[in-house]
Amino acid sequence: MLFGLIALHAAAGLVVLVGARRLGRWGFVVGGTAPLAAALVALASAGAVLDGRSTTQRAGWVPQLGLTLDLRLDAFALLMVALVSGIGTLVFAYAWHYFAGSAYAGRAAGLLTLFAGSMLGVVLADNLLVLYGFWELTSITSYLLIGLHDDDRDARDGALHALLVTGLGGLAMLGGFVLLGHAAGTLQLSALLADPPSGGVVPVALVLVLLGAFTKSAQYPFHSWLPRAMVAPTPISAYLHSAAMVKAGVYLVARFAPAFADVGPWRPLVVGVGLVTMVAGGLRALRPFDLKQLLAFGTISQLGFLVVLFGLGRPEATAAACALLLAHALFKAALFMVVGIVDHAAHTRDLRRLPLLGAGWRATRAVALVSAASMAAIPPLAGFVAKEKAYAALVHGDATDRAILAVLVVGSMLTVAYSARFAAALWRPDLLVVPSEPRTTLDAGPRHGILAPALVLASATALLGLWPATWSRLVDGAANSLDPAAHAHLELWHGFNATLALSAITLAGGALIFALRRPVSALQARLAPRRSGVDAYDASVRGVLRGAGWVTSVVQSGSLPVYAGIILATAALAPLLAMVSGAWWPGWPDAIGRAGQIPAAGMLVAGATAATVATRRFAAALLLGVVGYGMALLFVVQGAPDLALTQFAVETLSVVVFLLVLRRLPDRFERESQPLLGRAARLAVSALVGVWVAVGAIAFSGARTAAPVSEEMVARSLPEGYGENVVNVILVDIRGLDTMGEITVLVAAGIGIAALARAGRPPRPRPERRSIREHREEVGA
Amino acid sequence: MRYRRSVIFDATVTLVFDGALVLSAYLLFAGHNQPGGGFVGGLVAAGAIALHYVAGGGDQVRSLLGVQPWTLLSIGLALAVGTAVVPVLFGANPLDQEAYQVELLVLGKAKATTALVFDAGVYLVVVGLMLMILEGLGLASDEPLDDGEVER
Repeated sequence: MLFGLIALHAAAGLVVLVGARRLGRWGFVVGGTAPLAAALVALASAGAVLDGRSTTQRAGWVPQLGLTLDLRLDAFALLMVALVSGIGTLVFAYAWHYFAGSAYAGRAAGLLTLFAGSMLGVVLADNLLVLYGFWELTSITSYLLIGLHDDDRDARDGALHALLVTGLGGLAMLGGFVLLGHAAGTLQLSALLADPPSGGVVPVALVLVLLGAFTKSAQYPFHSWLPRAMVAPTPISAYLHSAAMVKAGVYLVARFAPAFADVGPWRPLVVGVGLVTMVAGGLRALRPFDLKQLLAFGTISQLGFLVVLFGLGRPEATAAACALLLAHALFKAALFMVVGIVDHAAHTRDLRRLPLLGAGWRATRAVALVSAASMAAIPPLAGFVAKEKAYAALVHGDATDRAILAVLVVGSMLTVAYSARFAAALWRPDLLVVPSEPRTTLDAGPRHGILAPALVLASATALLGLWPATWSRLVDGAANSLDPAAHAHLELWHGFNATLALSAITLAGGALIFALRRPVSALQARLAPRRSGVDAYDASVRGVLRGAGWVTSVVQSGSLPVYAGIILATAALAPLLAMVSGAWWPGWPDAIGRAGQIPAAGMLVAGATAATVATRRFAAALLLGVVGYGMALLFVVQGAPDLALTQFAVETLSVVVFLLVLRRLPDRFERESQPLLGRAARLAVSALVGVWVAVGAIAFSGARTAAPVSEEMVARSLPEGYGENVVNVILVDIRGLDTMGEITVLVAAGIGIAALARAGRPPRPRPERRSIREHREEVGA
Repeated sequence: MRYRRSVIFDATVTLVFDGALVLSAYLLFAGHNQPGGGFVGGLVAAGAIALHYVAGGGDQVRSLLGVQPWTLLSIGLALAVGTAVVPVLFGANPLDQEAYQVELLVLGKAKATTALVFDAGVYLVVVGLMLMILEGLGLASDEPLDDGEVER
């Protein structure tokens, strides 16, 4: 069933992509069936899963490598599916309206469906490598979605930025997974978490895994891809960059924290990064005029909050984080949708140009207000319930907990401030900016259809706040499946206590920051670092390219003598050094085997020596032929007629081919132009190769310790290979596959020769071919 | 600069060519039990073809054989791969051999194995490669003068 859901996403996505042009925005209907089905399945199995009976499915893939396709739907996965598929379905409904009349609708629908399937895979995967595979698929589909408007340079750059950062993090994560899997002896996620390995490489592995999580969830200092990804159409931002993909990193932290939070670097790293992200993201969210940028930095801040809560790995914090996860997805997706609706009608989402929204916008503004209030954790909304829970988890702790709590409160104050900023943009934009030209008023509101999904989300936000019992069981189950000790009992009213006081302080502080927005903004402008994260990214990309260029220019000098020299020297030096350092010498062999070898050897030496001093290329080629024939003669003397025959034939043909090539080269070798140093180097390399070949030949022939395999080959040649000529039986039978590979190489070489020889030459004139019709016309018939 | 062909060389080449081809075929067939085999056989045939090239240039070789080099290459490769794959279809290991014996009345017994087909593939690839080299590296100046043309 779980496999079926993912397969359904893949199939629907591919169908929509193939028929993108014909389907247009109908693609959202076709593709939307997949997340809808997943949401319904999740709903149907919710009862059993929340009772602790998780659904697992398994299929072997490469069992030898421990690669099994394990899928598992436990309560936390159920919560994630609710985000991915539940909100996903609403986003599809929203996109149906948003993309009306857009040429990109079909492609967006197909990619969004594929993304939904990949994300589903991430949260369902119960095998580390499978999880990694789906993880990368979300990166790739996200790349394609951010760059949907592929004729827009900003879109392409933003997409590449996201892909490079998350892809790099993904690679680190893969390394971490492999180390962890090795340490635990299993790649199965649930087994690994149930019995976590410790010591040794585990801390390193965890840091690597966290790198993947931080890049994916846009934590500092990797955050800068997320604001840049806002070039994507708004439905994509609403889905990928608030509800689904950026939660993948949080998901990973959530899964790992209960098992690994006590391992050395985990808590300081995760909590530190999360806190920095929360505060820095909140500060940045106070500045942009673009509403989507505001939301993007707000998302970064909230992701930091989630990372801190999950990363603590403590039952109460985990339970609070589960609640916040859901509340955040509800209000953030709704806010993105609202921005998209306004953008669609006003053709801007810039605070400085935003029109006043008139009577037709009452519902939209209400949705925005409710969702922003939930983001600011104003009672009685879902966000408030979740944040109360978070404060409660830390308020009774030790000094460290108090310190963390203090930072969280500061971050939440900033959240209140930017939430107010967002709400003000839609209600009283002149509070924030007074433009030089007076604002126009936009009276005609959006159509009901496009608002409906956001309205559903805002209603849920209000409902879950007013009536926490509705989602208490889901959050409780999810927290419980992460950490058996975690229990969540969500309530709107806890009575007058420290938590409530903190909430009040947060709201008051946030209101103060908003009231003092002008001096705060001036201060921020003065203190803001001159180089942003995007600059750092650009600089590092430029640095990598420059480094690559330098390495290429050093390694690939384009000089044949240098290439040949390096290859030959390495081939000679490496084994020679190994032999010398091992003091390995089998002793001189018997000087001469047979008398016939002497004239053959003489011929070899004479030919080779003459070839080195020959001044004409032609002569050198012929002298090399002499060397070859001498070698063949040696084979004859040694009693190897097959080898000799082949050597004679090859040598003859080689001379012919040499002659064919040499006609294109100058007659004589040009010697005068070479500098002394170059000649010395060549001489050294040649001498080295000569010494190595001689020493190697002696060493190898004396090195045999095992019985030669050839004896068995001889014995089995006739009975099994049906041939008396062992050499041939080896070629066609015993090592037949080798021969097949070799003739394939021959074919490739032939094609290569033909291609090289023809490069730059005009195509050979072909005999004219005429069709029958042309022929008839010519004849006049 | 093109050259005038030599009658004596032409005649010698014609004589040697047939002999060399017969030799190459012998090497191919005898290879399994005596020195030889598809590779050497192919090289000998390629050498014979090269002789023809030297005598009459690329056009003469093309008209003599009437096949394109890549046809030979692909047929050869297909034969070799085929002999490797066919046994698999019958549930055996790739490149498994079968041996057959044929009574040839007066000439005695002949033994043949499926490895011969494989070897024939090797043979064709080698010949095809040589043709490919001649085709690729050959020059227009390799072509002899036509009857009416006069070298000055």
